[in-house]
Amino acid sequence: MLNIHNLEVAIEGNQILRGLNLEVKAGEVHAIMGPNGSGKSTLANVLAGRDEYEVIAGGVDYFGEDLLEMAPEQRARAGVFLAFQYPVEIPGVSMSIFLKTALNDARQAKGEENLDAMEFFGLVREKLKVVHMDEKFMSRAINEGFSGGEKKRNEIFQMAVLEPKLAILDETDSGLDIDALKIVSDGVNTLRNADNATIVVTHYQRLLNYIVPDFVHVLMDGRIVKSGDKSLALELEEKGYDWLKTEVGENA
Amino acid sequence: MMKINKSNSDSVNWYLNNFKAFESGLNGGATAAVHQTRKNAIEKFAELGFPTRKNESWRYTDVTPILKKEFTLASDAHALSAHDVQSHKFARTIQNTMVFINGVFSQPLSTLTLRQEGVRISNLAIAFKENAELVERYLGKYAVFADEPFTALNTGFLNDGIFIHVAANVAVAEPIHVIHIGAPASEKINACPRALVALEKGAEATLIESFHGVDDAVYFNNVVGEYIIHENAHFKYLKIQEESRSAYHVSNYKFHQERDSVVSAVNVDFGGALVRNNLNVLLNGPNCETHLFGLFVGGGSQHIDNQTFVDHAMPNCFSNELYKGILNNHAQGVFNGKILVRQDAQKTNALQSNKTLLLADDASVNAKPQLEIFADDVKCTHGATIGQLDDEALFYLRARGIGEEMAKAMLRHAFVADILEKVSIDEVREHLDAKVMACFKK
Repeated sequence: MLNIHNLEVAIEGNQILRGLNLEVKAGEVHAIMGPNGSGKSTLANVLAGRDEYEVIAGGVDYFGEDLLEMAPEQRARAGVFLAFQYPVEIPGVSMSIFLKTALNDARQAKGEENLDAMEFFGLVREKLKVVHMDEKFMSRAINEGFSGGEKKRNEIFQMAVLEPKLAILDETDSGLDIDALKIVSDGVNTLRNADNATIVVTHYQRLLNYIVPDFVHVLMDGRIVKSGDKSLALELEEKGYDWLKTEVGENA
Repeated sequence: MMKINKSNSDSVNWYLNNFKAFESGLNGGATAAVHQTRKNAIEKFAELGFPTRKNESWRYTDVTPILKKEFTLASDAHALSAHDVQSHKFARTIQNTMVFINGVFSQPLSTLTLRQEGVRISNLAIAFKENAELVERYLGKYAVFADEPFTALNTGFLNDGIFIHVAANVAVAEPIHVIHIGAPASEKINACPRALVALEKGAEATLIESFHGVDDAVYFNNVVGEYIIHENAHFKYLKIQEESRSAYHVSNYKFHQERDSVVSAVNVDFGGALVRNNLNVLLNGPNCETHLFGLFVGGGSQHIDNQTFVDHAMPNCFSNELYKGILNNHAQGVFNGKILVRQDAQKTNALQSNKTLLLADDASVNAKPQLEIFADDVKCTHGATIGQLDDEALFYLRARGIGEEMAKAMLRHAFVADILEKVSIDEVREHLDAKVMACFKK
């Protein structure tokens, strides 16, 4: 599904990713962990298409297409979904108009008919349940006045409606209390299937108790320095990242 | 306060000569008192001259382009067809319309069907005859010309306009729509539309005034409106300014409110090469409520200047003002919002906010809130922001699959939503909405 090869990325002249390789197949959950400033969020944002990043070298292959050549909306319509670390408040645009536009744009891209109002609300009602959100959210402006937890749940709700093939969760767990964390993880787990894949970018091992990854990668200084299964996350929780720095230093 | 300087004395003389021609063409119609008002006004105008940028309130707006052209009053009614006017009507919702072409009332194009006890609506020329006493009581008493040359000029040429009088405790059953059209003529037209609206105690009315231009007609619309809202009366007002992009539009509006009255005014500017709106509100009794909403959308090299003045003269009044602008290309905007809280106006609550979205590097706005507070127990807030479309918000929408153009349209739409939602008639709001969106496609 996704093949990132030797990716080098800079922002405002500072190189952040320094030759990152990662392959993600359908049905898999990959966790990307690493200390602050290691490039985790850069990776998530580059995949979603944020344009202030400059790709210096390498590439990203998504279902055989050059992902980096695609506009953000084309990526989204092709099934890439970024759950934002800091969801944006957009006063004046209702959740309902926003999601309906997004959903129908994606359907048109696939050559499908637009959903009518009834079908749309049917779908919305079902998906709101996934994240325990009230229907009243639909008439509110996007994220405006939402609590931190509501904003994160809203991200997962949008993911549920749009049914992406590749979901990238950018520190969705940061700042969540345990109840909200459970709701968010349940949502993600409900949506998992053999045809989609998830990249979970996180700072904390705690999330991985709920969303169990197939692979755990450690990102340091713009490279994946170690990969393993979920036990690697536990090891990191226990020992921190310093031991890896030493290990990487020795290999370098 | 303003003195004629040499550069505009020729223009002043031009209008003084126009007045002579106008005066000699009058054949009675108005009362002697009205004519005396005209003469006083034109004298005052001769004394004041046109404002220059040395005058503080005209610092950002140069009227020289208006003075360079030789505008005259329309000599006869312009022959526009019902079809030409139809597109400016809100035919689904509003039956009562008054149509003015180049400042001249057109009976055949107007559809004034409302017949209601206590409601007097006509053009002013008719009101001079049929409601002389009411006209004399109100006309020129509120929109004073002592220090405002454009008001003086309009008053000098006062000949026709709108007259609405609503008797005590009468609610006008339907909204009234007044349509002004600037049409090309053999001369360059100076129209002086006038509105006189008086709501007596406990009365209610909704008025829409719209200004349109035919193609690229060059004309100068010098508008004055007097709105007298007596005790406990409610007035809803909407002004839609869609003049031709080659036209000049100067307006002076005065809302005079007595105790417990409520005014809600929405002012939308789309058109005009040079636009200047002076909107003054006097809260002359306690417990008044005033809502002022404004939206100015400019492109090309349009210049749109909005000056508002809310005078809190009495205690316990509430005023809320929100003006928003969207400017593209080389367009220039000005917003100057003044709030005066006089010593007696304790417990005043006055809010003001101005937000402008600049869509191009060469577009600019000068925003200046002015608060003068002489009472000690008041709540006043003001704020002005100027910015671009929010990149973060744009990316968020695109990251959900919404195309770039659509995403931009949604954000612009969102920006104006809190103004347009104040327009309660669906058909009118939809028109404004579409108009805002169309402005971005140019």
